[in-house]
Amino acid sequence: MADLGQRSVSRRTLLKGSAAVAALGGVSAFIAACGGSNATPSTAVSASVAAPASAAPSVAAPSASAAGTVTFGSNASDAVPKKAMADVMTAFTAKTGINVTINTVEHNKFQDTINAYLQATPDDAFTWFAGYRMRFFAAQGLATDISDVWAKIGANFSDAFKTASTGDDGKQYFVPLYNYPWVVIYRKSFWAEKGYQIPKTIDDFTKLGDQMKKDGLIPLAFADKDGWPAMGTFDILNMRMNGYDFHIGLMAGKQKWTDPKVKAVFQKWAQLLPYFDPAPLGKTWQEAAQDLINKKAGMYFLGTFAGQQATDPATHDDLDFFAFPTLGTQYDSEMGIDAPIDGFMVSAKAKNLDGAKALMEFLGSADAANIYLASDSNDVAANKQADTSKYNAFQKSSAAIIAASGKIAQFLDRDTRPDFAGPNGMQSFLQTFLKAPNQDLDKFLTGIQGFYDSLPPQ
Amino acid sequence: MDSSPGPPIAPPASAGGAFAPLLTRRRRKRFSVLTRRDKLTLGLMVGIPAFIHIFLIWLPAIGSIVLSFTSWNGIGGLDRIKFIGFRNYENLFSNYPPFWPAFENNLIWLAVFLFIATPLGMLMAVILDQNIRGTRIYQSVLYMPVVLSLAIVGFIAQLMYSPGMGFINNFLQAVTGDPKWVTSGTAIDWLGTPGLNFAAVLVAASWRHVGYIMVLYLAGLKSVDNTLREAAAIDGASGRQTFFRVVFPVLAPINVVVLVVTIIESLRAFDIVYIINKGLNGLGLLSVLITNNILGEASLIGFGSAMAVILLLISIGPIIYYLARTMGREAE
Repeated sequence: MADLGQRSVSRRTLLKGSAAVAALGGVSAFIAACGGSNATPSTAVSASVAAPASAAPSVAAPSASAAGTVTFGSNASDAVPKKAMADVMTAFTAKTGINVTINTVEHNKFQDTINAYLQATPDDAFTWFAGYRMRFFAAQGLATDISDVWAKIGANFSDAFKTASTGDDGKQYFVPLYNYPWVVIYRKSFWAEKGYQIPKTIDDFTKLGDQMKKDGLIPLAFADKDGWPAMGTFDILNMRMNGYDFHIGLMAGKQKWTDPKVKAVFQKWAQLLPYFDPAPLGKTWQEAAQDLINKKAGMYFLGTFAGQQATDPATHDDLDFFAFPTLGTQYDSEMGIDAPIDGFMVSAKAKNLDGAKALMEFLGSADAANIYLASDSNDVAANKQADTSKYNAFQKSSAAIIAASGKIAQFLDRDTRPDFAGPNGMQSFLQTFLKAPNQDLDKFLTGIQGFYDSLPPQ
Repeated sequence: MDSSPGPPIAPPASAGGAFAPLLTRRRRKRFSVLTRRDKLTLGLMVGIPAFIHIFLIWLPAIGSIVLSFTSWNGIGGLDRIKFIGFRNYENLFSNYPPFWPAFENNLIWLAVFLFIATPLGMLMAVILDQNIRGTRIYQSVLYMPVVLSLAIVGFIAQLMYSPGMGFINNFLQAVTGDPKWVTSGTAIDWLGTPGLNFAAVLVAASWRHVGYIMVLYLAGLKSVDNTLREAAAIDGASGRQTFFRVVFPVLAPINVVVLVVTIIESLRAFDIVYIINKGLNGLGLLSVLITNNILGEASLIGFGSAMAVILLLISIGPIIYYLARTMGREAE
């Protein structure tokens, strides 16, 4: 017995010993993994060194030293933008002789993993969004300052776009490619048949809504299963009632959600909800767009990308849109809208920095915008030198609405901190509101502000 | 990793304590039993699994617990992690409305699996064990969903439940001829109505779970010695009595496995809900909330970890029960 007991003691000690060693090894490896941001040697792409280097200088290459291959991370995973992006890169290679390796990641996944992506082994350049989302990564030191590129391409963009490309430190980190407005979309032929008129004011809008209800239609298609589409409605109501400056201040945390002005927005929204699709929380925006296309709904307030759902060209041509009606406030003349800008950034760890900057310079040119929009015609060019003569009716309307807007916001989830806008924050708060629009709004808004305040300072 | 698992075989010199004199006397004897080579083998056999276990399970778990007391957005090195005490937990309980509903949903999920889906699977197994005609076809049909991942089940569920375009509502419309079934407002909004959507998800998840349990249990039933049933029949036991008094107790080991599988499946439920709407609008589960916080552009690593710790605490109960059962049996 004694023997047995003793042996078990020694066995246990053995285990303890090995455990301790394992733990130590583990910890050191763990720390190494965490702190390894600057240590990891690049084993990745350095493949096609030989190919284009000789070809480069002969053409008017933007930067003398740029050569080799640029890696490019793209979130353009849908068929239309994917092809458009590939066309742009092909043109870049043709012009400069610099190869581009495109690494396309599914759009939502790209966003969800961007954080780890930029810290690990990111591509030299990548697609991203303007606004807070761009400034955040610039401030975290994950993007490269491209002010020198802007010195060359700056003339191609209006000040609004330059501001949208500028980080908190006053330097540029972003090259805009295109944007698209959030608008009220409708079917021309259907409206002509029913004799509906475009509403300029909210009173016209509600009158039209009443008429549509009489005609057995849902006046305004609406979907919020994914949590973010309802943000667009909040943005437009807030901008029209309280002005762009208040809206941006609220997004930046300088204004409080408990402000009576915000409460008024939700009260107004509650008044308008009878004109919205009564069951938005089980629908995706694609389904809501189908309601519009199939003439179940009279209008749809969404970004012009809703047009992608009209796969039949004839139907797509039948779509038109107008800016959200005015609400009779002092901010009507401002006509603030959401018109999110998509574009490009250079990662802080870019291996081929010269090549990446050459790519940025090209992407900021009118050529790049023209090539891109030739394939993806739901957006309009950010570049003011871009050729607008080939715009279809859809793009012309977009450009006109953006031009008529005095103030342009990005979108709620691009204008405020991402952890606040995400599924834990505004996405679920807005759904809570839609479920019970007549709830105690003070309590509701206190909850939002409480959540905002609970987030760590940035 | 530069650490070789060398030292673990170091002689346990300081082990004995009070037994030290005894130990030195016995040591020579033990050496004759285990050669140096044996000890090396043994050390590696124990050391490597222990290393893997500690590195892959304990370290992340302890890491999560430590992180749950910090504030970190996942960017930059360890020096950017700030310790903030219990603030994450305070926020979790007071400033984070999705938490309690998610907690509740996890419990409901567990209850539904435990009291409806699992017994249903067992019932199917018992019925299919009767050698009824076409049993293999039924088995295949019931087992088929198990081959699908829950993410795919979630995708299928969306096609079925969509209010305007889904199969169910359009079927109702086709049968009754009444357009109200597909008209927004009057149609049943399966995935948009809080409460109803969770029930709908549970139906889809149970669809898969029933087949899983059926297969597990059927395998167990096949292994029951038929003489037991015959003996029970000779003693005049009815079918029901035979099952509950004879077969069920004999299947105790399978029952424990089924129980543990059910609990694990309920606590790790994630994909189906995430694919449908990221756990919004009444579909929240702790696992989804953890993901939503940790994943994404500006992660709240500390806050998500705090929730993970809560989930860990919940999971520990069944784990202890399971270990106590299996280890208790080994001791016998």
